Amino acid sequence: MAEYLVLIYEDEHAMEQADPSAWQTMMDGHTAFGQAHGSAIRGGNALQPAATATSIRSDGADGFTITDGPFAETKEALGGYYLLEAADLDEAITLAKAIPAAFGGVEVRPVRPLG
Amino acid sequence: MDASVEAAVADAHRREWAFVLAATVRVTGDLDRAEECVQEAYARALATWPEQGVPDRPGAWLTTVARRRAIDQLRRDATHARVLPQLVGTGIGPDDRPDEPPVGAGGDGPLEDDRLRLIFTCCHPALAPEAQVALTLRLVCGLTTAEVARSFLVAEATMAARITRAKKKIAAARIPYRVPAAAELPGRIDAVLTVVHLVFTTGHTSPAGSALVRTDLVERALHLARMLRSLLPDDPDVAGLLALILLTDARRPARTSADGTLTLLADQDRTRWDADEIAEGLGLVREALGRRPPGRFALMAAIAAVHAEAPSWSATDWAELVGLYDLLVRIWPSPVVALNRAVAVGFADGPEAGLEALDALVDEPQLADYAYLASARADLLRRLGRHDEAADAYRRALELTDNDVEARFLEARLAESEQGQRPAS
Repeated sequence: MAEYLVLIYEDEHAMEQADPSAWQTMMDGHTAFGQAHGSAIRGGNALQPAATATSIRSDGADGFTITDGPFAETKEALGGYYLLEAADLDEAITLAKAIPAAFGGVEVRPVRPLG
Repeated sequence: MDASVEAAVADAHRREWAFVLAATVRVTGDLDRAEECVQEAYARALATWPEQGVPDRPGAWLTTVARRRAIDQLRRDATHARVLPQLVGTGIGPDDRPDEPPVGAGGDGPLEDDRLRLIFTCCHPALAPEAQVALTLRLVCGLTTAEVARSFLVAEATMAARITRAKKKIAAARIPYRVPAAAELPGRIDAVLTVVHLVFTTGHTSPAGSALVRTDLVERALHLARMLRSLLPDDPDVAGLLALILLTDARRPARTSADGTLTLLADQDRTRWDADEIAEGLGLVREALGRRPPGRFALMAAIAAVHAEAPSWSATDWAELVGLYDLLVRIWPSPVVALNRAVAVGFADGPEAGLEALDALVDEPQLADYAYLASARADLLRRLGRHDEAADAYRRALELTDNDVEARFLEARLAESEQGQRPAS
């Protein structure tokens, strides 16, 4: 078995504009995903909007540069994630397809085993 | 060395590479090492067959040698406690018996030939399309990286990096060495067929260079399509792709004249078409169309079949072609298909109607730099006697093509339009 981080990227602006029922559909989708695939889910969270992000970069010496906002400004922002366990990429993709992401999509990244 | 032995090794390389490699991957659980072992097996064949004679079943001989070599290496690694990342789904470890027949060793699916595992791994949708093509030519056809690079006119270092990156992704993301489950199979077969079709189209009309056709790629594509046909004999899309390749390739002898200039379908000497390929292709088209609704390769093959069966250009059943393109554009709404449909309309209903259908496509971003849009437009304008506009369109097509044979053809047509000649056909 291996672990995959599934990153949920969605258009925050479109989500804000959406009908409240869209939110309910999304929340129901996550609940259903949790019930159907609970044994594969190692963790997961929803994130506050990208506007709340703070980026921190070392200046190479002792100091740091702190900036408002995410590392990359993109139309679709990271809004949540799941950590999943799967036998292989095909299984991870099958799981990822069941994650609600009506305003964007998801990116599947294999977790690199260390040590 | 005996030339017949060399020929036997070359033949075994062409026919058996995929089989030998796929069976060896099951032992190594690793693509790179399996490739090394298979290369060594072919080198051994060159060294020992002159004395021992060519074995009755060269593929089995090569597989046994490659798998033994792999097991030796694994044993050596075990004593050095060296562990390589394993492909997921190989299912067989270092204790495998190399002398046992590898076919069907998995026994965990309806499709048991290991070559299918190899093909589906190379054509996994999580790999970039150009990487799928490169891996298929490298691992399934056994081309060297230099040969793959030459086929696609990129630097060898670029191609090596592309192949290495793809192999790394297979290992790190755990793309399984497996035939997909029945539910996924149609989509995954389509991905494989797309790769084989791309190999064929790249060979059929080389995107750049001095020759119109890259025979080596055409033959690789035909070989791959035949391999898929033998491995998936009941799949209508596989039958459709093989039919499409055969019916299109049948025209190869008539596509260029003796001096290397391009001969359009309209002007080709149809007696020079390959009758055997056409007969085989027509039989496969009937089979591929047996399923309703037909897939895109079956429909493209049916279109090629209409041309193959027409006794002459003027006797072509254009209405039938437009009907087939209508079906094709519905299941595959690609601007390139719509362009070909417009060309067929131009012959079924006249150049005016064709131009109207074509002009609906000029804003398609995918066609913005597509030489065939400009050349199709130029031809319709030429037939309408609108020579100045035709000349502009030929100039545009010339800007967009990198193939020398096509360029010479377009230059000749441009010269005719500049002189305002009446259309010859």
